[in-house]
Amino acid sequence: MLLKVDNLTIQFHTRNGITTAVDNVSFAVNSGEILGIVGESGSGKSVSCYSLLGLIPMPPGKVESGTALFEGQDLLAMDQSQLRDVRGDDVAMIFQDPMTCLNPFLTIGEQLVEPLIYHRGYNKKDAKQRAIELMGETGIKKAAQRFDSYPHEFSGGMRQRVMIAMALITEPKLLIADEPTTALDVTIQAQILELVKELQTKRDLGVIFISHDLAVVRGLADKVIVMKEGQVVERNTTKALFENPQHEYTKQLLDAVPSGAKTAGKVSDTKALLRVRNLVTEFYDRNTGKPFRAVDDVSFDLIQGEILGLVGESGSGKSTIGRSILKLVPARGEVTFDGKELLGLSQKAMRPIRRRMQMIFQDPYASLNPRMTVFDTLAEPLLVQGLATRQTVEAQVLELMDDVGLARAAIKKYPHEFSGGQRQRIAIGRAVATKPELIIADEPVSALDVTIQKQILELIKALVDKHNLSMLFVSHDLSVVRALCDRVMVIEHGKLVEIDDTEALWMQPKEAYTQRLMAAIPSV
Amino acid sequence: MSAQALVNAEKGTSLWADAWVRLKKNKLALFGLGVVLFLIVIALLTPWIAPYGYEEQNLELGATPPSAAHWLGTDLFGRDLLTRLMYGGRVSLAVGLIATSVALLIGVAWGTIAGYVGGRTDAIMMRIVDALYALPFIIFIILLMVVFGRSLLLLFLAIGAVEWLTMARIVRGQVLTIRNQEYVEAARAMGLSTPRILLRHVVPNSLGPIIVYATLTVPQVMLLEAFLSFLGLGIQPPQSSWGLLISYGAEVMEDYPWLLIFPGLALSITLFALNFLGDGLRDALDPKASKD
Amino acid sequence: MLRYTLLRLLQAIPVLFAVITATFFLIRQAPGGPFDAEKPVIPAVKRALEAKYNLDLPVWQQYTQYLGDLFKGDMGPSFKYPGWDVHDLILSGLPTTAELALYALLVALVIGVLAGVFASLKPNTAQDYIPMSLAMIGICMPTFLLGPLLVLMFGFWLEWLPVTGWGDLPGDKILPSITLGAAYAAYIARLTRGGMLEIMSQDYIRTARAKGLPEWVVVTKHALRGGLIPTIAFLGPAFAGLLAGSFVVETIFQIPGLGRFYVQAAFNRDYTMILGTTIFLSTLIIIFNLLSDLLATWLNPKLRSQFRGGAV
Repeated sequence: MLLKVDNLTIQFHTRNGITTAVDNVSFAVNSGEILGIVGESGSGKSVSCYSLLGLIPMPPGKVESGTALFEGQDLLAMDQSQLRDVRGDDVAMIFQDPMTCLNPFLTIGEQLVEPLIYHRGYNKKDAKQRAIELMGETGIKKAAQRFDSYPHEFSGGMRQRVMIAMALITEPKLLIADEPTTALDVTIQAQILELVKELQTKRDLGVIFISHDLAVVRGLADKVIVMKEGQVVERNTTKALFENPQHEYTKQLLDAVPSGAKTAGKVSDTKALLRVRNLVTEFYDRNTGKPFRAVDDVSFDLIQGEILGLVGESGSGKSTIGRSILKLVPARGEVTFDGKELLGLSQKAMRPIRRRMQMIFQDPYASLNPRMTVFDTLAEPLLVQGLATRQTVEAQVLELMDDVGLARAAIKKYPHEFSGGQRQRIAIGRAVATKPELIIADEPVSALDVTIQKQILELIKALVDKHNLSMLFVSHDLSVVRALCDRVMVIEHGKLVEIDDTEALWMQPKEAYTQRLMAAIPSV
Repeated sequence: MSAQALVNAEKGTSLWADAWVRLKKNKLALFGLGVVLFLIVIALLTPWIAPYGYEEQNLELGATPPSAAHWLGTDLFGRDLLTRLMYGGRVSLAVGLIATSVALLIGVAWGTIAGYVGGRTDAIMMRIVDALYALPFIIFIILLMVVFGRSLLLLFLAIGAVEWLTMARIVRGQVLTIRNQEYVEAARAMGLSTPRILLRHVVPNSLGPIIVYATLTVPQVMLLEAFLSFLGLGIQPPQSSWGLLISYGAEVMEDYPWLLIFPGLALSITLFALNFLGDGLRDALDPKASKD
Repeated sequence: MLRYTLLRLLQAIPVLFAVITATFFLIRQAPGGPFDAEKPVIPAVKRALEAKYNLDLPVWQQYTQYLGDLFKGDMGPSFKYPGWDVHDLILSGLPTTAELALYALLVALVIGVLAGVFASLKPNTAQDYIPMSLAMIGICMPTFLLGPLLVLMFGFWLEWLPVTGWGDLPGDKILPSITLGAAYAAYIARLTRGGMLEIMSQDYIRTARAKGLPEWVVVTKHALRGGLIPTIAFLGPAFAGLLAGSFVVETIFQIPGLGRFYVQAAFNRDYTMILGTTIFLSTLIIIFNLLSDLLATWLNPKLRSQFRGGAV
């Protein structure tokens, strides 16, 4: 056994009392084996691993009990200087966000060679030699030239390759990977996962793979533990766990992963509620001073009553399309809503139309004014659009809160007093307050845990049915789109790649880019 | 409110209430707040509660160390130091508050316009601020005081004119961030007019840093005034300020150290209080800025 | 980076020009000329004096003439010290002031950076509170108060150190340097602590620790470079503040430096001297602002490559 953790309990002693982050957790990893740790945010999955290497702040953190035998030696009994000898040498780590995990002030090379120099006593020249070899091995082209580049000169995927090279440079026996692909686009994610698998097999590496994404874990891990509120609720081989989950929470998690296609009624209507023709949105790049086309000549129709998915990777311009239609950013071309041309309208003339088209945003923390109560937030659109009077507004807001599943008693509360899912309910309430016909939803569930995500998606479906809404659903998550949308369009670099009925697109993607996108989706 | 009739609403805690709770936990900030309030009350009541008259001399008495009759001693003319300190404090505090208000007024207006309008307007307005930043203002204020004589009004304007630059930068940064927040986009998508967006969404959310910076500007301004007065370029006798009193004290400190020490203490404690209050407000209003 | 440097230099020129112009015309607005001071001067003598110093010409002509002379490095004669040229006076005071400012800056940087880093390593413990409380005292104890207090304590009561002059008695440079540097040590300590705390909470510090680097490498190699940027950007403004502070310190300790000349010239309405000193000091400040700005930009690789152009 490479690593054997038994009865690990970690508590945080804060001003507001003691919280148990990890509660009596045990797990083990062998060489050449991948252990997946799955859980939602706050489940203790990261803390349990970080604490093994002394990487949680102590205090307030405190290891209350447990042992963690790494090759027979108890990591939890070591002091910091002994742990330092283990960290980055026999046990290496990679992290979630490669954008922030590399030091922007040092070159890639300077950072890569450090483990060799401090753990293995290499001189600079040999270390550089080894680093360049490994950069090549992890798929970084022109490694020798890029050795002296700074992190900002690399893309996200490339940076994660650098992180992996840096982790593997001392030939560690155990690799702890904490959500290493969560911040990456789906096609890049597939490449990185493949790389991890390949290196792991080649080096007979033990890997702990921490993730919230069940599909990713299923594709990679040999065995899995599921964590909830600091405890391990289920452990099994990957195959058994996914095919025959025992614990209620595991079932709930698996059930929450969007899968399959939308079943309910095809849209029979053919009337285009929204017609977009040759839409172009340009931004000025502050550094180069040149215009940059975020949206490049996009045309499509959105049919009355349908949910149209808009799919693309980060930076593809998918969010900008939604904002251009609502005239939140200046755009050229033609946008016709229910027969009315919008782009030529003044902001003032646009105002009455805004009642009929609304938007839901991604980040439930940024989309609510932190100084306004639920009542203020929900009453504002009603009052501004003249749909309520001072006398009726209270009752209308309460009704709205019922609609989106918020407790009436919370009417006087402020956003920071709610969880992410509840905040998103408030934001949805604000969007449907004016009884709009079209809603543009910009990644409305991307920031949420999978079980919450499911609840919000159900709420959205229910509201669409109840109010006969049409929706443009912007997302990077293809599984969500498939489960929700009637039709889907794919965007790359601001250009429309393909638009089709959801199932047709899934079964027979015509364009190469769509095919690549589909191939990259991990599935449960 | 009819909501009360419909539901038994739970009371929410606003960010302001939250901030107040955090501020109350910060003993130093509370001490600062207490001292500042105390000083303001004293300054307002000085003409009635000062133990002696401002011009009251007693040449026969001369300089005496602290005693029961004169708690902080007297100066060479036998004038009561406590009385002089109280009157001087009025001037020092007034300079601090008024010059900060000038800075606040110009800075907030300038920064809000630049930040919200954006684009070319923003670029030009901020270029002007940058250029003014490069000017050596301390030297200019000295020059102004020399050329136009030492008037109190000029002092307010000159110091205010220096301090507004930072204020404008801070406000603009705030407005720029808030302008791109999703809740402002939501307000625009809702059809709110620009003034209403500014009033309901932008201003309330940028108030925190403005309050903090204003609190921290007051001690800076008081310091600047004292600095100028010490050089003999600020407040002029018969008016007095703490800087001027320190200047006098420094001249005779070998023989009459209390004439230096007490005005120095008065200034330092006030600066302390204001800085602690400012730091405490920053922690309370912007929990992210102070890493705990 | 080169292009950025040139651009910034070009931007500094109009600022400098504005300073010269504004100063020149401001001085002309002053009530009372240089020759109607203490004792009354015979009108004929006054006229002769004014002719000698070109004061009888129209103002704009005086201005263009002054600009032309300035371009050639000539700041004209002093009104109050007959036989002295302004630039001679400036040059005679400059070395002393430069030395004072340098020592003060050293005091500020060494104490400030060390205290700031030290405090940031264990935030919210005694190791943080003690130096930061001292820094707060430093900020609330301005030069013109600290100076006299130090003189009182170390000069008059303890009689350890001399209290006047510069380079005349052993140890007479200690008190002025500390007096001038203390407040800036305090500011720098606070800035450094803030910068370091910001950086130490970044993800890449966690990466460095996960690599098993010794803590001193994490601090000095990974954190310090980014953590010191606010401090470096502050050096320009700090220099301006040091110059202003030197006015006070040179007055308190009776040091014959530039600052004292300036304050005296201001009182004496020595036009050419004020004008010359203002222009000289302003230029220095503008240059130092530029330097600290460029240095802070250059230290950030991302900004450095953004302004790539010309030769790098």
